[in-house]
Amino acid sequence: MAEGRRRGFWEVMNNIDRRIIFVVLAVCVTIPLIVSTGGEIKPTAPVIRAHASVEALETGDYMMISIDFDATSAPELMPMLRAVLRQAFEKDVKIIMLGHIAIGLPLGHMALEQIAAEYDKEYGVDYVDLGYRPGYIAVIIAMGREIEDIFASDYQGTPLREMPVTENIHSYDDIDLLFGFEHGAVIDYWVRYTQARFDQRMTFGTTAVMAPDAYPYLQSGQIEGLVGGLKGAAEYETLVGHPGLGTRGMPAQQWAHLLVIGFIVLGNLGHYFTRKSGKRAT
Amino acid sequence: MTRPETPDRTRFGLLMVFVMLLTIPALTGGDSFARPRSLATSEILSSPTDLAMVPVLPPAVCTVQAADVPEDGGGLISVTWEVPEDTPGTEFITAFEILRYAPGETPAPVGDVPPTDRAFEDGSAEDGTTYQYIVRSVSPSGFTDSEPSGPAVASAQWFARGRFPVLLVTLFFCTAVLFFVQRAKGGAELFIRKIPGLEAVDDAVGRATEMGRPVLFVPGIETVSEVGTLAALTILGHVARRVATHGTRLLVPVADPIVMTTAQEIVRAAYAEAGQLDAYDPGSVAYLTYDQFGYTAGVDGIMVRERPEAVFLLGTFYAESLILAETGHAIGAIQIAGTKETSQLPFFVAACDYTLIGEELFAASSYLSREPVMLGSLKGQDLTKMTIVYVIVLGFVVGTVGALFFPGGNSFFSRAFDALYSWFG
Amino acid sequence: MKRTVPLLITFLTGFFLIVSFFVPHEPFGQLEQRLLVWFAIVSGFAMLLGVDSLFRAHLKRIIRAREGRWHSLALLLSLVVTLAVGIIGFAKFGSPFHMQSPFMFVYTYGIIPLQATMFALLAFYIASASYRAFRARNTVATLLLVSAVIVMLGRVPIGAAISQFFPVAQEWIMDVPQLAAKRGIQIGAALGAVSMSLRILLGIERSYLS
Repeated sequence: MAEGRRRGFWEVMNNIDRRIIFVVLAVCVTIPLIVSTGGEIKPTAPVIRAHASVEALETGDYMMISIDFDATSAPELMPMLRAVLRQAFEKDVKIIMLGHIAIGLPLGHMALEQIAAEYDKEYGVDYVDLGYRPGYIAVIIAMGREIEDIFASDYQGTPLREMPVTENIHSYDDIDLLFGFEHGAVIDYWVRYTQARFDQRMTFGTTAVMAPDAYPYLQSGQIEGLVGGLKGAAEYETLVGHPGLGTRGMPAQQWAHLLVIGFIVLGNLGHYFTRKSGKRAT
Repeated sequence: MTRPETPDRTRFGLLMVFVMLLTIPALTGGDSFARPRSLATSEILSSPTDLAMVPVLPPAVCTVQAADVPEDGGGLISVTWEVPEDTPGTEFITAFEILRYAPGETPAPVGDVPPTDRAFEDGSAEDGTTYQYIVRSVSPSGFTDSEPSGPAVASAQWFARGRFPVLLVTLFFCTAVLFFVQRAKGGAELFIRKIPGLEAVDDAVGRATEMGRPVLFVPGIETVSEVGTLAALTILGHVARRVATHGTRLLVPVADPIVMTTAQEIVRAAYAEAGQLDAYDPGSVAYLTYDQFGYTAGVDGIMVRERPEAVFLLGTFYAESLILAETGHAIGAIQIAGTKETSQLPFFVAACDYTLIGEELFAASSYLSREPVMLGSLKGQDLTKMTIVYVIVLGFVVGTVGALFFPGGNSFFSRAFDALYSWFG
Repeated sequence: MKRTVPLLITFLTGFFLIVSFFVPHEPFGQLEQRLLVWFAIVSGFAMLLGVDSLFRAHLKRIIRAREGRWHSLALLLSLVVTLAVGIIGFAKFGSPFHMQSPFMFVYTYGIIPLQATMFALLAFYIASASYRAFRARNTVATLLLVSAVIVMLGRVPIGAAISQFFPVAQEWIMDVPQLAAKRGIQIGAALGAVSMSLRILLGIERSYLS
């Protein structure tokens, strides 16, 4: 009887209804997001290298920021975008923003305006938003020759040559660092065309899922740094000294990881004992 | 079984309330919700001082050199220069202006760069014309011109020599493929290992037929210029032929209009080939949306409503891969997935019955058709891959032996490794 | 004829693009860029085909009062309303993406939450899929399970709090075995893609032409 009850328990553990997993996960993520303010974050090498690549820029240098994500990846990529913008404006680096995902670019623009206001920067003088043009490969390649061929004006229609920030900007030769925020394949095109053909210095922030794809570029030295996922964002915020949503999200991520590990352990125990008692029964 | 209409209508009503809540303020009070842009100003002049504090003219730059940009399509001359160190006035330079002249002309500006730059690329040069360049140091108190550079002539090249190794590898690859295609045409037996995911294609369609449930084919979210999508479309042809023969329903939701027209043609041709053109439903290949997660929601909806027995997730997928595969698992469908996106492969392996990993997806049409010519191309590909593996092993052995037994970097092994690295790097 | 012409176009386009990679001289140098612009234009017009297909399919469903017609109506209304606010934004501010455009309101309070919701499902599905997939069925599966646990612990602060082993091991797993496997798959996939492209260019692979 007791043996049967034990077997029944492990069978349940072996086949937990996914709806139970969903509910427990929702609780485990929501509570830390509401009550916690984040913990101690230790930056890892790829993030330190990314931070150093921006730190190496001098006053008046140009950083091109590419918004290659949309709202789906905003929780991971927006905190790192804000941290990078803070670091850049702190160093009086000029920002040229553009994007290859039309529906995501407004997110980048909102962050740009918000951080620029914090540092008293002026649109058209210290930063500009070029907007979106379709056909990312064509855009990426064409900017190697003349940016104005693709972006004759900014997102509001102001000609590039009429704004102090862009009047002398022609191609990647005038861009000191490219910082792309990626949730898809555009990173491959940046590396394949802009780095390989034009030898552009570049650093990327990616979603956690995409980060493993970018590791080969980091190891081969094609990109200077890599900020991966919410953890990377939290590390970058730590390096910039301005904890934000990335840092605040870490406890939730931590609990989610622990919960998944817990479920995996339960599932394996269930698998082991069910199989063992099944063998004994036969 | 039809679903009751009332909840559907209720959902519609709720949705409309949501849409109204969203659009009415948008249309009436558009100006009030956006955060006003910062009106802050900053110094336009990057010089650290004002005019009165600049004592002297900036120094002239030295070593101005001009040369044709190599391996380009012409019209480009690169200009480089150096700034003398520890010369008074260097810190006041606000920009470098580049002036150009041809024989008999007066120097005219062709561009300017920030004071931190030491190079400029003149993209307005005419091929065949001899130019000389002067770099002008500009500061708030005036400017100083450099000595002119030596003459430079822009020209276009007919061959990018830096890409010679790529050409060689491409030629080797093409030769290997053509060689094996010819051998296959000559009747040679070519062994191809078993790929379980492709073996299961016909079984999955058969199972859907037995159960009287449809087959869902998702050809990824990219357009036809992605070779992964093309590979998926070739498999769609095979699946559509089977479906047409068995009389099973086929659903192909797509995220790209060009993929839609291509897939429609492929499915129609497959039905025609099976002699079942009357059974072809043009609506079976339907465009949903270009938006990644809008498409995911649409496909998930189709899975839940139509309950397909066989689900094919083949092509290019990104973050939506697991959402689709888990929904397919939840409805109990047999799932065959395949992609070259390495970051999505773990998700497919975890949630699907069969997964085609990377090159298996591209091998599918050859494998399924069993045509000798197609199989020949696979053998050519394998030969190239083995050659690359040998080169990697050679590099590893030479580099490791050089580093371990002949340190110092001047041994035969070190030089051989450096040569290999620079050639392929 | 119906097949020969597309095959010829494919072969010639592919051939000249390959040539343009090695020959920077005009007329080859700018060929790739020019063709990409053509492709972008064709894609833009093809989008109309997609919208036409979507509109017809759902309109038909509404007119014929088929099952799911209310969903179709909701879809068409959303399409029209979003298009309308976009046009209003364009007319009033020069761009629908202007911060004060009404489209940005729909974007901020409609599109962003809806997209984020869909993506957020991933967290739940990852939990259920990993619960199901990471089972110590054999030696290889056990290795996978152990690596997964190390990476998950190493990616969060509690891992470092338990032991410094977790972040270090996590980085090693990402840098070495993960990368090695990934490169192997990528080299294979790249060669497979080249081989497939070659089959298409040479007209050996024709199934995509129906």
